[in-house]
Amino acid sequence: MTTSTVPTPAAGAADTSRTGLVMSGVSLELGDGDRIVRALDSVDLVVRPGELVAVVGPSGAGKSSLLAVAGALTSPTSGTATVHGHDLASLSARRRARFRLEEIGFVFQSGNLVPALTVADQLRLVHHLRGRRDAFDVTRALEQVGMAHKADRRPHELSGGERQRVGIARALATHPSLLLVDEPTSALDRARSQDVVALLRERTERASVATVMVTHDHDVLHHCHRVLTMEDGRLLAA
Amino acid sequence: MFLALRALAFQRSRFLLVGLVIGLLALLTVMLSGLSSGLVNDGVSGLKNLPVTAMAFSAGTKTDNAFSQSVVDEKQRAAWAGQPQVADAQLLGVSIVNTRKADATPVDLTLFGVAPDSFLAPKVDGRPALTEPGDVVLSATARKTGVRVGDVLTLDRVGTTLRVVGFTAQQDTFGHVDVGYLPLRTWQYIASGRSAAGAPTAAAIAADALDTASVVALRSAAGSTLAASGIDVAAGDQAADTTTRSLQATFASSPGYTAETTTISMITAFLYVIAALVIGAFFTVWTVQRQHELAVLRAVGAPTGFLLRDGLTQAAVLLVTFTAVGAGIGLGLGALIPDGVPFALEAAPVAGAAVLMITLGLVGAGLAVLRIARIDPLTALGGQR
Ligand SMILES: Nc1ncnc2c1ncn2[C@@H]1O[C@H](COP(=O)(O)OP(=O)(O)OP(=O)(O)O)[C@@H](O)[C@H]1O
Ligand SMILES: [Mg+2]
Repeated sequence: MTTSTVPTPAAGAADTSRTGLVMSGVSLELGDGDRIVRALDSVDLVVRPGELVAVVGPSGAGKSSLLAVAGALTSPTSGTATVHGHDLASLSARRRARFRLEEIGFVFQSGNLVPALTVADQLRLVHHLRGRRDAFDVTRALEQVGMAHKADRRPHELSGGERQRVGIARALATHPSLLLVDEPTSALDRARSQDVVALLRERTERASVATVMVTHDHDVLHHCHRVLTMEDGRLLAA
Repeated sequence: MFLALRALAFQRSRFLLVGLVIGLLALLTVMLSGLSSGLVNDGVSGLKNLPVTAMAFSAGTKTDNAFSQSVVDEKQRAAWAGQPQVADAQLLGVSIVNTRKADATPVDLTLFGVAPDSFLAPKVDGRPALTEPGDVVLSATARKTGVRVGDVLTLDRVGTTLRVVGFTAQQDTFGHVDVGYLPLRTWQYIASGRSAAGAPTAAAIAADALDTASVVALRSAAGSTLAASGIDVAAGDQAADTTTRSLQATFASSPGYTAETTTISMITAFLYVIAALVIGAFFTVWTVQRQHELAVLRAVGAPTGFLLRDGLTQAAVLLVTFTAVGAGIGLGLGALIPDGVPFALEAAPVAGAAVLMITLGLVGAGLAVLRIARIDPLTALGGQR
């Protein structure tokens, strides 16, 4: 099986050739010793390309676990998770890393950029990791998140919101099918939070990527197409 | 390389600090290598430069000070000369004496008594130099003590005199003392303890000289090492009643040689271990500090091999750069070391030390960097578990 990417259509409506994220009957049991925790309990979820879905819920509900399974970082105990038509469980650890590089973008809390690299190099790094030697339009990718003017700065010279913008640009630099966003506004003030989530919505639609965002921040939910609630490992419509 | 070099530049003060330590260790290694080569030269260059494959000592001679304890005679020499694969067997006398120049300056010598027409005899300007019974040819290094051709050296107590007729082309020392080659018969005359004051005469030598020497020096027909020479040591030793050692093995019989070389080898070994530990510790701490960054990179999909290579590249760049700097400073300082100190910077040992240092540093770094493979990309997700 190959994991080659289909080039992203420039912009516009949902791309029907890509299925985004499909999870069906996914359960994840985590255990230390004899205590077993059911972090995910029969989760069914479909996120189409171009759709921004928010997941909220109390601490320990299983939100990070959901991202871990969808992001091919953990294999579910039962059920299937497919991204862009590929069953994640069927991939070896090595192929899963490659698949993450090609098909899945991650935006972490507070950006999690590489301290030594300039903004432009953060994007070049993922391009480099994919083994691509072709030209990569860093400026354009940065323009799309409004960060082209700070291409030569390093992370410690950026504000929290700017770091998140660069994080979003980095996650989308490889034109993934699925974008996973973990509490992107936890380190930001109100105004910045609105900006960042509005940007996520805009990029989700333009890049027609399926986006799942975990958040505790109820003020940003109006940017999302759908809001789901997690409770005790179960996913409920809000 | 993409990350490695950028991270080196970004964190330069931190890397400079560990680089300084690497440089200092390399500097010390070069100095020790110089000292080691210098001591070896001082201890055994006189033996090393002999065109000899092996030495036959009198049977059962122990390694320590074997040259002063061993006594062999003409019969033993002849027995060895008759052995197959032995091209030449010659008596060699070895003894350490104290002499003085005319102005009473002391000049200590290791006297090598050699037959003037034999393969052992030194040549000066391509010609055999020992013609008169009282002639002596000194190591080139003896010039530093102010001795000149034509000088007369007087043996302490007995007053027998030797005339300096030339110098060898290189350093020939034994037990930190310059070698003086003289005719075997004269050596035997002095070794008898009955030598008279003044220049030795043929008549006096004929009357009083011993007919023994210290060892039989063997030259093989083929092969420079004893193992490759095809000489049957057991058969020869049986026939000549001797204990034979390769030229290399006789170095240990030079006074102080074994103690000096083991001490230096031990210090050097410690330096290498310290280098590996320092680099290992540095990269362990560095990797732990980067743990979150590395988890993020692994989550993003960076192959483990890429991250391992990246870490090793950093170590290699650091090690090669700062070993070169340290070794360069070491070579510069070595040139400033005064003549009297046994110190010799030779290309091969210095390069060997540098390569070993880099290799062991890489091993240390490699072990530290391996923990990258164990970092769980899951830890990149928020709410650190
Ligand atoms: N490695 C693990 N071993 C055992 N149990 C775990 C492990 N990781 C998480 N859990 C448990 O799984 C459940 C879901 O955890 P998860 O981290 O997905 O929650 P969350 O919704 O992300 O919480 P938060 O909002 O605090 O980040 C929790 O009960 C948690 O204690
Ligand atoms: Mg969480």
